[in-house]
Amino acid sequence: MMKRLLPHPLYSLTLVVVWLMLVNKITVGNLLLGAILGMVVPAITAPYWPGHPHVRSPLRVLEYIAVVVWDIIVANFHVAGIILFKKNKDIQSKWVTVPLDLTSPEAITILAGTITMTPGTVSSMLSADGGSILVHCLDCEDTDAVRDEIKYRYERRLKEIF
Amino acid sequence: MELLIEIVISFFLVIAGVFGFVGSFGMLKLRNTMQRLHAPTKATTLGVGGALIASMLYFALVKESLSFHELLITIFLFLTAPVSAHFIAKTYIQGREKEEDLPATERPYGWAVFDDSPSHPEDDGPQY
Repeated sequence: MMKRLLPHPLYSLTLVVVWLMLVNKITVGNLLLGAILGMVVPAITAPYWPGHPHVRSPLRVLEYIAVVVWDIIVANFHVAGIILFKKNKDIQSKWVTVPLDLTSPEAITILAGTITMTPGTVSSMLSADGGSILVHCLDCEDTDAVRDEIKYRYERRLKEIF
Repeated sequence: MELLIEIVISFFLVIAGVFGFVGSFGMLKLRNTMQRLHAPTKATTLGVGGALIASMLYFALVKESLSFHELLITIFLFLTAPVSAHFIAKTYIQGREKEEDLPATERPYGWAVFDDSPSHPEDDGPQY
């Protein structure tokens, strides 16, 4: 019963919080409306999201967010430096294959998003079985180093979360 | 105190302007689509982020009312930027890249644009 009503409890909670932030005012009416949205939207979309990802340690999530935000700030300066001060012919763009140990679709999605947001890399494609990511690197000499950093810095942390 | 607040807010606005400019400049300067994709997905993130932080500080400190809209914009931006970048990259590869030019997947299956995916058990319904 509970599962039918709330297939994704965390998702429902997120919807309520986002709704309250959107209206920017906490009143009983808004809370009620948010609660209705939080129940109806997950129920309607449940067929498209059959799995139930489990977040094992919420503290790790915070650590992950902190690492990623810091990396995004660094990435911005790094990429800005490349754009402004490097000659076009010196920029070595390369494709990098990152084989994945992660299997849950949610985790792979987060990893792909993270790769796109961080230093000089854009995730471009998955292999057909979802087992590796094709990453485009704006300016790198050593593709192995890029791959190892992604695996060590992000994938290792995501494996602890999921 | 008021001066200090104004200086901090201006600082974030200047940061936002600089990175917005660099992102747009990168679009003009870099040579091919994949390289140009790097400029807006990153430089602009901090550009927009700086403007949003400035806006949040302004409403919190000067107008003295908390506003969460900026936080939501940031979250939506972080959700949508990678997805659209991924779409653009895939379309580009489909149209302009040859399979031979890409590195191997190190897997029994090729890249998603060129190879069919194996049928997954979860396609037939929930059974995790």
